[in-house]
Amino acid sequence: MADQILFFIEVVVGGLLAGTMYSLVALGFVLIYKASATFNFSQGAMVFFAVLAFVGFMQDFNVPFVLAFFLAVFLMIIVGLCTERLVLRPLMNQSEDTLLMATIGLGYVLEGLAQAMWGVEVRRLDLGIKDFPIPWIADNLKLFISAIDLTAGIVAFGMIIGLTLLFKYTKMGLGLRAVADDAGAASSIGIPLKHIMLLVWSAAGVVALVAGMMWGARAGVQFALVDLALKALPVLIIGGFSSIPGAIIGGLLIGAVEKVLEVYIGPFFGGAIEGWAPYVLAIFFLLYRPEGLFGEKIIRRV
Amino acid sequence: MTYTRGDLINLAILLIVGVVVIPMTVSSGYWYTSILIPWLCLALATIGQQIIMGYTGQLALGAAGFMAAGAFACFNLILRVPGIPFVGALLISGLIAAAFGILFGLPSLRVRGIYLMVATLASQFFIIWMIDKFGWFKNYDSSGIITAQDIVIMGKPFTSPIEMYLVIVAVVTPMTLIAMNMARGSTGRNWMSVRDMDIAAESMGVSLLKTKLQAFAISSFYCGVAGALFAFTYLKSLEPVAFDIKLSFKVLFMVILGGLGTINGAFIGAGFILLFPVLLNYIGNNVFHGAIDATIISAIEQVVFGVLMIIFMIYEPLGMAKLWETIKMKITGLFSKK
Repeated sequence: MADQILFFIEVVVGGLLAGTMYSLVALGFVLIYKASATFNFSQGAMVFFAVLAFVGFMQDFNVPFVLAFFLAVFLMIIVGLCTERLVLRPLMNQSEDTLLMATIGLGYVLEGLAQAMWGVEVRRLDLGIKDFPIPWIADNLKLFISAIDLTAGIVAFGMIIGLTLLFKYTKMGLGLRAVADDAGAASSIGIPLKHIMLLVWSAAGVVALVAGMMWGARAGVQFALVDLALKALPVLIIGGFSSIPGAIIGGLLIGAVEKVLEVYIGPFFGGAIEGWAPYVLAIFFLLYRPEGLFGEKIIRRV
Repeated sequence: MTYTRGDLINLAILLIVGVVVIPMTVSSGYWYTSILIPWLCLALATIGQQIIMGYTGQLALGAAGFMAAGAFACFNLILRVPGIPFVGALLISGLIAAAFGILFGLPSLRVRGIYLMVATLASQFFIIWMIDKFGWFKNYDSSGIITAQDIVIMGKPFTSPIEMYLVIVAVVTPMTLIAMNMARGSTGRNWMSVRDMDIAAESMGVSLLKTKLQAFAISSFYCGVAGALFAFTYLKSLEPVAFDIKLSFKVLFMVILGGLGTINGAFIGAGFILLFPVLLNYIGNNVFHGAIDATIISAIEQVVFGVLMIIFMIYEPLGMAKLWETIKMKITGLFSKK
């Protein structure tokens, strides 16, 4: 019995830690939604684009780790700049659906560009952290927790605290929230809309890069990252589109529930139910609590 | 359903070109198997997506899932029901896809926009998983790729490219006409009123429940039939992987680039998305003599589709069909002035 409980805890903890990966992707999504009320469908593509560029700089040009990181950050700022100038500004005041479709297009552009520049083969990313159980925890608590999962969890936690502080207590964060609330009113009292947008998209780019590094170190840098990042969408529905803590809790919940379902119910159906379980979970949330766990109740219900 | 003389002339010209001129002049199998057949199949699926997205305004992203449902339903019907006519199997598989459409369309009664998109993504992943994991659907074939049966109508097999093309024309033409009629009849008006302002539509007596579910059912019926045709004539095999999320995105692009809320836009969009890669490959082979890697070419293709999508969203949200109308107006205006 004790073994079973231990195993259950292990499954849940593994799921929670894997869920932080979803949280990281969802975080970038929330950032942009909070500041511009745009559903950025290209967040997954940004993850792929950013980390592929990072790995590409390191492996093809032998750029050292830190420099490659800053180059990738710089690249994501340029992407943010171009997006603001070429996609968002011409589409200002358009309906949410139009913007969503435009970001689907943007996602295609980023995926295509990334592959055209760096090729399509799977690349290995070695962060120096191993995907093995941490011996200390394995010995003392009898739990097998992968080091990379734990690192991702800590990084995600750090980013959430940082971003929450940024949004809550800085002047910039106040500006961001003002723009999100009413872009027209915000710009009429002198908040520079362009800078805010650029800032937010760059921040989302950096979050995407970090998320990509965590995913990439685990599963290799490859196109499948884009599909995995789609799972951030049910995470957002569960957590609420405009809540940073929501993104985190939603990610953890999805990660834990899909692992538990996969381990305990999956075998009866031939496995691989984690491919769709998060989406079905999201549907239930939509039916009973459409604003998500932490979202504001401003969703337009039919 | 009344037609103007212009409609009838256009239809007659299209039919003569489609049924007489093309089979008589085009003899190479390549044109049929690689261009005409997939074009018509995907155009039919695009009409389905058009109904739900362009006419009813529901952002659904699961066309490929419904196509897979139709394809595998058709395969199983022919396999397990002895003596079932092909057209009958096709219709029933459309109905089965429609049942899935209604089921996964239910969330549309409560949510819209990206929320609905996530709900329809569930259908995409769930249907593919179901087909993949339950051996019965694949007749316990372990290879994962099943050869589609030959199309047999009234005892005559239709297996050569031209014959299969004719079968598709015989299915796509009436379905397109029906879609056009639905779109401009009361059904379509209901769809569009829900799209443009659901609250106003409801207060005028349009039942949202009925209209939305009907649109989902008809949309996935079209997708199901298109999927069955796609598998039986173009792929000639059945594998769940062929109907993954990428195909759903492709159909979505066809609708948006072709033009939201137009039936002929479905054909234009499908044609463009299908022909553009062919053109790029041609340029790659003949201008650069294969100096560009095939993966690079497909990446460029992706970039171009994405850029076009953004450009159309900014400058012409009604897509290529509207562009074509504008050009036509300009040309006729040029002549009428003189």
